[in-house]
Amino acid sequence: MSIDSATVRHIARLARLGIADGDVAPMAVELARVLELADQLAAAHIDGVEPLAHPHEQPLSWRSDTVSESDNAVTFLALAPDARGGLYVVPKVIE
Amino acid sequence: MSVSLAQLALDLRAQRVSATELAQSALARAGASGGLNAFITLDADGALAAAARADAALAAGDAAPLAGIPFAHKDIFCTRGLRTTCASRMLENFVPPYDATVVARLAGAHAVSIGKTNMDEFAMGSSNENSSFGPVCNPWDETRVPGGSSGGSAAAVAAGIVPFATGTDTGGSIRQPAAFCGITGLKPTYGRVSRWGMIAFASSLDCGSVLARSAADCATVLAAIAGHDPRDATSVKRDIDDYAAASATPLAGRRIGVAREYFGAGIDAGVADAVLAALAAYERLGATLVDISLPNAHLAIPAYYVIAPAEASSNLARFDGVRYGHACSEPKSLEDLYSRSRAEGFGTEVKRRILVGTYALSAGYYDAYYLRAQRVRRLIARDFAEAFESVDLIAGPTAPTVAFRLGEKSTDPLAMYAADVNTVAVNLAGLPAISVPAGFSDGLPVGLQLIAPAFGEGALLNAAHQFQLSSDFHLRTPTVPA
Repeated sequence: MSIDSATVRHIARLARLGIADGDVAPMAVELARVLELADQLAAAHIDGVEPLAHPHEQPLSWRSDTVSESDNAVTFLALAPDARGGLYVVPKVIE
Repeated sequence: MSVSLAQLALDLRAQRVSATELAQSALARAGASGGLNAFITLDADGALAAAARADAALAAGDAAPLAGIPFAHKDIFCTRGLRTTCASRMLENFVPPYDATVVARLAGAHAVSIGKTNMDEFAMGSSNENSSFGPVCNPWDETRVPGGSSGGSAAAVAAGIVPFATGTDTGGSIRQPAAFCGITGLKPTYGRVSRWGMIAFASSLDCGSVLARSAADCATVLAAIAGHDPRDATSVKRDIDDYAAASATPLAGRRIGVAREYFGAGIDAGVADAVLAALAAYERLGATLVDISLPNAHLAIPAYYVIAPAEASSNLARFDGVRYGHACSEPKSLEDLYSRSRAEGFGTEVKRRILVGTYALSAGYYDAYYLRAQRVRRLIARDFAEAFESVDLIAGPTAPTVAFRLGEKSTDPLAMYAADVNTVAVNLAGLPAISVPAGFSDGLPVGLQLIAPAFGEGALLNAAHQFQLSSDFHLRTPTVPA
């Protein structure tokens, strides 16, 4: 498995994770090594084996559809890097 | 502090010591052992206030078993009003508005938290070198790692700063540092302890629990934190066992499977010798050793290092520079805000895993990596299920080596991942396991891992406790420089 710089940039874009230009090539080498490790899975005998997403495969528990939390908007907005008028503030998306 | 929790509880009730005095001395020891870098945040004010409440509860005569006992939380558990960093620059100034369920339960039992322990960033690591607050030193040899990711918790207990600490275990992050630091660490069955308020790494693998000196102490803490929590949909609705009562049973007739795969290439001879000697002690206690095989054990590392990063890349998408956590300055666009905040906030290993996980989940690779890893995960779970048809417990070394040197593996991610070879399969199968001090190799602690079927915490604590009644490895302490 080899990973080129364009692939690293594509994956980083999907993950919304900035990678400095100088770090792209070393990251490509490291990702290739991790994926070589993952390629050992190709030798597994998995014909007819269902994927296991979760231990025990227990059904998730249900709860009644009632309000359980009070209004914490002020508390949560206080954690935001930028909030005004009860809203989170982000850079302009639509010109 | 090598006194048992039971003895501390007696001392508190007989007024030989107060919760306030215990908290003060734990804080003093934490300060004196600052060179270990075991803590990210010490909370003297909070500890002394909690100790005063514990002293009042003890005076009233109806205090819980942990009342007044000092401890520390891994800095992955949200603590209301006390910053919770996950050892990441991303959360360097994050002060949660709520307590994790584990935090609330221990506070409700009047246990006294003295602060938050260091760890690998977002619990991703096996040496505690991936912390943005610097590495932790192993109290047995300060040139060596304490293990990870719960390295600060393990070092704090081993150094005698606190008698127990909370930890989390996604691929071995309680058991491996417990082994490296010569203490006892319990990973419960998936769903046995609530994950609510525990910052998520890989949601189908993460388990919160305890590191302490002995199995008896682990049993006391597990009883306080385990049990159903309606706030965690994966928390199991099942009564908890009486772990203390279960611990008292003799081991005669117990069948312990010894998986030959755990003694293959890569294991240090000194580690193998110590573990085999511990297994011989189990035979003397009446247990029967049974040679077993876990034929897919070699696939656990590759499966884990696909599944855990995939879940991490999804979980860590929440750190966007908008709602909480680090935000870059003067973003040019929304995408710039996301990608630069994350670039600045996350460390190297976290970035590596986000990228691996994103790749494994991306179009064209999902079947070859993620889905295939989940199929292998079922093979690994089946191996355990088949083994447990003929044995009660499975035993082997917790880690293939003793604590390695700081810097020895930190530049080679794959060498670091290999340190998890004996622990990750247990998380993939969702089983409980415990690391028990089993001896020493070159003066460094060796851990014996015992694995049980789901919800077999009582059987694990029983087997560990019976071993500790006839051994003193868990009572030995390092010489901690002042």
